Amino acid sequence: MTVVIDVRDLHKRFGRVHALDGLDLQVNEGEIHGFLGPNGAGKSTTIRVLLGILRATSGSALLFGRDPWRDAVSLHREIAYVPGDVTLWPSLTGGETIDLLARMRGGIDQSRREELIERFDLDPAKKARTYSKGNRQKVSLISALSSRARLLLLDEPSSGLDPLMENVFRQCVTEARDRGVTVLLSSHVLAETEALCQRVTIIRAGRTVESGTLESMRHLSRTSIKAELLGDPGDLSRIPGIGDITVDGNVVQAEVDAAGLGELIRVLSDAGVRSLVSQPPTLEELFLRHYRVTDGQRAATRVRT
Amino acid sequence: MTTALASRPQHRRPEPARQSSPLTGTLGLLRLYARRDRVVLPLWVLLLSVPLASVYVASVEKAYPAVAQRSAFAASVLASPAQRALYGNIYNDSLGATALWKAGAFHALIGVAVILTVIRHTRADEETGRTELLDSTAVGRYAGLTAALLLTFGASILTGVIGVGGLLTTELPRAGSLAFGAALAASGLVFAAAAAVAAQLSTGARTARGMAFAALGTAFALRAIGDAGNGVLSWFSPLGWALQVRPYAQERWWVLVLPTATAVVLVAVAYTLRSRRDIGSGLLAERPGAAAASRSLSGPFALAWRLQRGSLLAWTVGLCLYALLAGSVVHGVGDQISGSSLAREIVNRLGGTDALEAAFVAISFSLLGIGAAAQAISASLRLHSEENAARAETLLAGSVGRSRWAASHLAFAVIGTTTALLASGLIAGLAYGIAAGDVGGKLPGTLAAAAVQLPSVWLLAAITLALFGLIPRFTAVAWGVFVAFIAVYFLGTVSGVSQWVLDLTPFAHVPRVPGEAFRPTPLLWLLGIDITLVLAGLAAFRRRDLR
Repeated sequence: MTVVIDVRDLHKRFGRVHALDGLDLQVNEGEIHGFLGPNGAGKSTTIRVLLGILRATSGSALLFGRDPWRDAVSLHREIAYVPGDVTLWPSLTGGETIDLLARMRGGIDQSRREELIERFDLDPAKKARTYSKGNRQKVSLISALSSRARLLLLDEPSSGLDPLMENVFRQCVTEARDRGVTVLLSSHVLAETEALCQRVTIIRAGRTVESGTLESMRHLSRTSIKAELLGDPGDLSRIPGIGDITVDGNVVQAEVDAAGLGELIRVLSDAGVRSLVSQPPTLEELFLRHYRVTDGQRAATRVRT
Repeated sequence: MTTALASRPQHRRPEPARQSSPLTGTLGLLRLYARRDRVVLPLWVLLLSVPLASVYVASVEKAYPAVAQRSAFAASVLASPAQRALYGNIYNDSLGATALWKAGAFHALIGVAVILTVIRHTRADEETGRTELLDSTAVGRYAGLTAALLLTFGASILTGVIGVGGLLTTELPRAGSLAFGAALAASGLVFAAAAAVAAQLSTGARTARGMAFAALGTAFALRAIGDAGNGVLSWFSPLGWALQVRPYAQERWWVLVLPTATAVVLVAVAYTLRSRRDIGSGLLAERPGAAAASRSLSGPFALAWRLQRGSLLAWTVGLCLYALLAGSVVHGVGDQISGSSLAREIVNRLGGTDALEAAFVAISFSLLGIGAAAQAISASLRLHSEENAARAETLLAGSVGRSRWAASHLAFAVIGTTTALLASGLIAGLAYGIAAGDVGGKLPGTLAAAAVQLPSVWLLAAITLALFGLIPRFTAVAWGVFVAFIAVYFLGTVSGVSQWVLDLTPFAHVPRVPGEAFRPTPLLWLLGIDITLVLAGLAAFRRRDLR
């Protein structure tokens, strides 16, 4: 499998602020890769380094095996970028902007352009000055999705879209993947991430804290168990990977990771189970665990945008 | 103004104790604006008031202590249409009239200062969306405009007061000093009010600024050409009124009514316009445009053309109108001074009426060069505003090299100013030639007068680009450099400023063609500096992070 984006130990400093502090990111060809992290974690900074708009302080970042700072112009023929906060030229219409931007990438697929304008329900004859945030985002998305780019860099692309358009957006991204396009999707919408992404990378304070498939992450996370027992299970804390044990009469609650789950079930059933509730980790819990930042760290990660 | 206020429905806030009006929050905003302007505003107030007594009066007192010397000086001014076009007439040979003659340029300079101040706190804030945020708080509809005008009016009046204070410490007659200060403050009021109207008319700060400066430029052109000729046109210009108050030469106090009344009318217009439009929008509704880009709209240069063509046209038309006006009065400027025998003697010494005409052409294009320099800055500053609005990022994420993108806008600063200046040279030359019945003889000299301005005009674009590449946060300082150049250029020679200070401005090195001999060396130096600055700016821009 070819690695399209290969970032290793990337550092970016703005004055005294470390925006990126040893970030790693690998995106394979043809996948939709979720890029997650709390506000100010460095997602946009990473994407801007990948675009050659910012210069990395140290570490390596390669796109298609090439340096995005040095080969920016030729690389950009392969890339379409949708910024989180889209600003357009007020005096140009949406249609003109779509064409202009696509022409400065690898060119435009005319029939897909018409189709996307239809599906996103955009009036391309209006001046950009009169568009709402959602409509500006649509302009940027249509231009990116109808271009012939091999890689889409999407920075919170659906933040201004209504639920209907969000749905269209998901379909379009999936279709792009089916065409063989690689997508890096930075997002806060967990449902979107879950629906679209095969693999995700979670960063915090400019550093990668977790990367892999959603399945494997779930696996790493703890399942919560609540059981009403007939007898005494004994000392549960000797089971590997268990935590947060509370015993209230004959009701036992605990969190356990995948490795200790079988052992816990065996011990419980030996004691006699009247009822058992098992909850797999939700994505929210997964992310909240990674997102939770102490105040000190928050101050350190404040970056310019 | 009052009718506009009254017609506005009163919104009542839930708590009955505090009434709200369209002016609620004005004082809070005034404090905010004063805070944001705490460096620049005091600077221009002091620069436009303190030098009146300490530099102007002091230097003329020293240079021309005797009455005879001053009357010779006054006669030499009267004999030169070019000098009168630049600074206005001298009405007698008193110490006051001669000393503050050159300070006539202050009326235009305060105009520049108040226009920038008003637009900064009205349209520029609205464009960035800051106004919307403020308006969502308990702030009345007119509070922003009122606070901006109060700040600027206050600063103008303060400039006048400090100026008068300084002049009163000299031995000049009190009445004249008071008249000069009042005229200076009144000039500030007129152009602040004009800027307030411009801020309501357009949707962008750039356009608003352009419109206000166009008004100032027109006022200057009418005054310059009026004072060089028979004086009629001067009466159509606020800058003409300021000089017609004639401080130290039987002050004509009634003339002050004209700028004051104009300011009142313009303020009323601004408030009326403000009441009729929505925040963020101008008065003109948007029409739908093309649903797809034409074949030609492809690449950074096409985009730059699309973004810049409107202002390029406006600048060209503006400069050409001034050139037409100037060109049509050149022939015969020398004849206006048949009055005194002393004047005629000076004219002959200067080389006769032909030389006077040539000097007038040279000065006219020197002023056009300053206008074109502003155009050069405005066009190059597009780079800065595109980067600030993150549109540069969108574009550079496409297959566009940084140098190519920077060059796309720089081209308009260079080619645009060249087009505008050569077109105005052509028009002025034709008008002059037709009036003199000698197109073949007058056109080449006039065109040359336009062409020699170009290297110094380009210098301002080069400075802007260098700032943009090297210290992007301070790109807008280019305007400060420009204002400093004009200030030094105008405040020039009489004031006893050292030659090296004068040499700092590029305009001082432009050969006064026609009339004087053409010297290529300074132009080549300027060109060399232009190229160096552009290359340095481009190299730095390619190496730095986008903001």
